[in-house]
Amino acid sequence: MTVMTRLAGVAAAIAIVGAAATAAFAQSSAVDEIARYRAALQDGNPAELWEARGEDIWKSPRGPKNVSFATCDLGQGPGVVKGAYAQLPKYFADADRVMDLETRLVYCMVTQQGYADADAKKNPFGGPGQKSDIEALVAYVTSQSRGARMNVALDHPKEKEAFALGAKMFVFRGGTHDFSCATCHAEDGKRIRLQDLPNLMTVAGAQKAYTTWPAYRVSQGELRTFQWRLYDCFRQQRFPELIFTSDASIALTMYLARNANGAAFDAPAIKR
Amino acid sequence: MRKNILLWGCAVAFAAAVVGCATAPTDVEVSRRAAAVLKDSFKANGQAGLDRLDQDETQRLCTLYANKPLPKDVAEMIEKLNLASIKWPADGKWLGDWKNGERVAQEGRGKQFSDDPKGPVGGNCYACHQLTLQEVSYGTIGPSLLNFGRLRGNTDETRKYAYGKIWNADAYSACSNMPRFGHSQILSEQQIRDLVALLTDPESPVNK
Repeated sequence: MTVMTRLAGVAAAIAIVGAAATAAFAQSSAVDEIARYRAALQDGNPAELWEARGEDIWKSPRGPKNVSFATCDLGQGPGVVKGAYAQLPKYFADADRVMDLETRLVYCMVTQQGYADADAKKNPFGGPGQKSDIEALVAYVTSQSRGARMNVALDHPKEKEAFALGAKMFVFRGGTHDFSCATCHAEDGKRIRLQDLPNLMTVAGAQKAYTTWPAYRVSQGELRTFQWRLYDCFRQQRFPELIFTSDASIALTMYLARNANGAAFDAPAIKR
Repeated sequence: MRKNILLWGCAVAFAAAVVGCATAPTDVEVSRRAAAVLKDSFKANGQAGLDRLDQDETQRLCTLYANKPLPKDVAEMIEKLNLASIKWPADGKWLGDWKNGERVAQEGRGKQFSDDPKGPVGGNCYACHQLTLQEVSYGTIGPSLLNFGRLRGNTDETRKYAYGKIWNADAYSACSNMPRFGHSQILSEQQIRDLVALLTDPESPVNK
């Protein structure tokens, strides 16, 4: 290597570093702006509207049998809402199945209120001009666990099974792109574009993420549940459509909820 | 299915006694059961059929070893298998148009059940990689590719590596996070050539 080419190389390297510094500045100011935007969002959370509607639905007689959720047992006794979400999913002997909140709500709608299974599940996620009762109920029930410590048990064999299956599903690679949940959520400090990604394989990451769902999504104008979070992650993973309240959805929820144990639940939250 | 539940019961019953259970479910059994439950938990939607849950050998092995070190012989086998699948351009031309490559790198749509099956389909490279100074909205799951051509040299060797890596990343790094864009028919040969140009062409903003 001649002195001239070496000098040229140094000059090129300096130019690269200089340009990179400019880009780094542009990006850090973009990240700062996003942080300011997120902070501004915390001033008021429209999730309260979903919580109020959900409370109304919870307390009103409904369905073919015209009964309310007062007899619905979320795991802490009939009609008890306070702190219930922080201990879900769990095994329910009456259904002989591990259930998350959404699955249990559907169970109560079918067994107590007299809905057909398909009717109870037909509108899990709201959209323009189409409100979801499930989302409102989830907003209300979860709001009653705000501040409670996550305390998900792994006592029953089926609870252990759901956790083990959820852990394996988290790393299951499939689809056209070979993506698993772990592709995006197994390392600290990573981003997609400018969106920060939680590392869900650490306790701190799982706690921060799980305790802030459900959330009002500003970009969608909707309150989104954890079932929705999984459904939309799998859509972006290029998988087929995750079935609402399916065994895989419950197993993955069990895996993440259990990993969040010990953290104070803090939702419904608000996200971009 | 029934067998697995019983095995779990066995594992639980004996755990307290610290005896352990000789027939506790193995990792392979849990993997099989997880795959079966997944299959029952999804429905086909548009272009995303249930066959997307059928793992090929690479996906199966990478799932099996996801939480433990990948043995060297398994890694080599995966890389060999995937290297053999690369379809090199028949005319030996690696380079396309970097301007179109930039469009492919920006485009995030394609293959989701919510996407139009008629297209467009992109590489969504910026989701995970820094490529140019102009685009500040880039992800960090993959390494920065800024100055890729300048740093690696504007040679046929560099171009061939870039083409092969985009076609099938697992040929170079077993169980890579990067999709196998050619192998899995996500991008066309021409789109991959355009990306090679984006990465290596001295006129591309990647190298400016």
